[in-house]
Amino acid sequence: MKETVLKSFAATRRRREIWDKAMVTVLFLCAASVLFILFVILWHLIARGLSSLNPAFFTQLPKAVGEKGGGMANAIIGTFVLLILAVCVGVPLGLGAGVYLGEYAHHRFAQTVLFVTDVMNGIPSIVFGIFAYTICVLPMKAFSALSGGLALGFMMIPMITRTSEQFVKMVPNQLREAGLALGLPKWRVVTGIIVPSAIGGIMTGIMVALARVAGETAPLLFTAFGNLHYSQSLTQPISAIPLQIFNYAVSPYEDWHRQAWAGALVLIVMVFLINIWAQYFVYSRKRWSAGK
Amino acid sequence: MSRHDTSDLIFRRVLAVFPISVLILVAGIFFELVYSSLPSLQKFGIGFLYHSVWNPVVENFGALPFIYGTCVTSFVALLLAVPIGVGAAIYLAEYAPVKVAKMVSMLVDLLAAIPSVIYGLWGIFVLVPFMRTVIQPFLGKYLGFLPLFQGPNYGIGMLAASVMLAIIIVPFIISVAREVIMAVPFVYKESAYALGATRWEALSNIVLSYGKVGILGAVILALGRAIGEVMAVTMIIGNDPKIALSLFSPGYTLASVLANEFAEADFPMYLSALIEIALVLLLVSFIVNILARLLIWSVTKGQAAEGAK
Amino acid sequence: MDSTGRIEVKDLNFYYGTHQALKNISITVEPHQVVAMIGPSGCGKSTLIRIFNRMNDLIPFTRVEGKVLVDGSDIYDKNTDVVSLRRKVGMVFQKSTPFPKSIYDNIAYGLRILGIKDRRILNETVEKCLKRAALWEEVKDSLGKSALSLSGGQQQRLCIARAIAIDPEIILMDEPCSALDPIATSRIEELIADLKDEYTIVIVTHNMQQAARVSERTAFLMHGQLIEYNKTTDFFTKPSNKITEDYITGRFG
Repeated sequence: MKETVLKSFAATRRRREIWDKAMVTVLFLCAASVLFILFVILWHLIARGLSSLNPAFFTQLPKAVGEKGGGMANAIIGTFVLLILAVCVGVPLGLGAGVYLGEYAHHRFAQTVLFVTDVMNGIPSIVFGIFAYTICVLPMKAFSALSGGLALGFMMIPMITRTSEQFVKMVPNQLREAGLALGLPKWRVVTGIIVPSAIGGIMTGIMVALARVAGETAPLLFTAFGNLHYSQSLTQPISAIPLQIFNYAVSPYEDWHRQAWAGALVLIVMVFLINIWAQYFVYSRKRWSAGK
Repeated sequence: MSRHDTSDLIFRRVLAVFPISVLILVAGIFFELVYSSLPSLQKFGIGFLYHSVWNPVVENFGALPFIYGTCVTSFVALLLAVPIGVGAAIYLAEYAPVKVAKMVSMLVDLLAAIPSVIYGLWGIFVLVPFMRTVIQPFLGKYLGFLPLFQGPNYGIGMLAASVMLAIIIVPFIISVAREVIMAVPFVYKESAYALGATRWEALSNIVLSYGKVGILGAVILALGRAIGEVMAVTMIIGNDPKIALSLFSPGYTLASVLANEFAEADFPMYLSALIEIALVLLLVSFIVNILARLLIWSVTKGQAAEGAK
Repeated sequence: MDSTGRIEVKDLNFYYGTHQALKNISITVEPHQVVAMIGPSGCGKSTLIRIFNRMNDLIPFTRVEGKVLVDGSDIYDKNTDVVSLRRKVGMVFQKSTPFPKSIYDNIAYGLRILGIKDRRILNETVEKCLKRAALWEEVKDSLGKSALSLSGGQQQRLCIARAIAIDPEIILMDEPCSALDPIATSRIEELIADLKDEYTIVIVTHNMQQAARVSERTAFLMHGQLIEYNKTTDFFTKPSNKITEDYITGRFG
């Protein structure tokens, strides 16, 4: 018996060693190739974006086909308008649901809602666009900023619900009990103690959700629709940076391609900044609780 | 005391409005899509799913080309992304120095945050030319005997879309798989080493067999992403509703036909057929997500039971 | 019976970063002996046995000074094959660690990675090792069942059976009974007594009665130092060191 083990060990040791070394290399290459692709993408974005970017990009309206120059001022403003609308829709609903789920987690109803939010998080973004189209664009008989904001706002709900729920749950029970022991009614405990102590995490969740919808194009295709001018009212079509990038990218004009790259650089910087800003809230919260 | 009880109850009722609205919203999305696709559902029935002609001009709608395109691109994307993603995750979790791993994970999260329209832009101007001049001629030359790699080489097409999708889902697979792998208790690896296993043997036999359910959950969620991805695919797949065996050939997916044709659907049946496609997407995303959640749930439940021992 | 399985430690120092966990340890474990390591928690007893199969290699920022010889060869020499060493020096952990495989596959694992596929050899080994670990009667009809379905005590015996399947010379046990009830513990102790004519066993325990019951020699560590190492009978009846005496009479720790 012992001989078999020793013999097999000696016979296979070298092969196993080689296999072990080879696999490290393979695994390393997997990680390296992903990083490589990331750098290639970022490099193209920065190189092509910077060379196409100029002050006019931020201040001027798109020029007609054939004319050189112009910018995306309307799309930049449009993106901000849409994001504000989305926040108005998504934050109250998401936050309210998240606080409820965090506070009454043990109920069966809460479990169901949690499951539904997870499923909702997986709904393809374009479905939200179609939904907003059927409930808003069709009745109003017009593409509008409103319907675009609605689509983006719906998309934010499951993300915000999830993070608020988690951070509300993380608030130590002593805080709750201390508030209740003071004779405060539950609503004052929740609004005055629980939500303020979870606010850092909640804000982070909101910012991350915002960063995600800021880059969305698909839900806007048949809601906000796009507009080559400044949008005059919320019931009119409005442009957004991602929409404009899409329209320019699939166009046959060289100059528009350059605009698309410039737009892409601006968009990605915006998305990254919102994400970094989001981390700041969690960080400052940690520092705050560590300081106490 | 009782005054408090009433106020608590009122508060709870009021707060419950929000989660109920979420439920109503999801149900609303579902029923709205069902309602709006009724004309198409009634006219084409189940045949909608396997009928392969999509011709708006004669009001003939079959979704098979899109279902085919979605299946092929998602499948090839998973084929590329799962081994690379899981491999990278293993490297980051097990081999890379902690600081390097943290930094790389941050970069991977960065990759995940890139909006899909930017992937599409990059796809049109970088990936597609690269596919046309390097990858596809290479595949055609050495694997051209397979029907998969035959036919005219445009650059755009199902292969380019699959590669794009793989790039989009790989960061997601890496971050979930890395967490799953790091969650495997260290002592199980030590047990394998103590039996004379090499590092790779311990990883492949023990760590992965502990993590396989979690990783499977991640893969299913990634599949959900690939199926629902719109912009990047629309921009490079070629948008041609035909069913071709060759990956070089243009195709169409459920999500991209919506992006392209929805705004120009100018008569009710056309619109209804498109909304039915959205309904198919919605149902697939439901199934995929519920499946993944159940898997992940069964794992976390297992861990909880383990922890209670 | 062969006489391999000797461990010899000379002037060993071990560091976690800047913290010195073991100080100037010299100790010899003779073949086919059961040696118990006792001491208060954090004294370095687990760290010490994890040096014998270089398990500490996996922990970053650790450093070893001094010599550790297994069967006369320096295991910290740069030419040492760790995989080969670990084949020779098996280990059982505090928490039982059945792999998420069948009972059969758990035992066969060590052989399979050596490339042994012969079903006959595998069957024989599985049966032999399970019998040796006194588990055969309980599981012989359910070898295909998941090892996770076994009770805690059975899982620990499975881990011992798994360790002996690759014919080690030395078995290290790191508090193998700390998570078990008294009945399961006594079965493991019987097993240890039964295994010692074939293997050298080094067992870490926080339980002095257990050390007294199972071992021939006992080592007492405190603050990373080897305070006393002696025949178990002498160790508990006439300790030569004041600190040992205080410890075993329960004056601290």
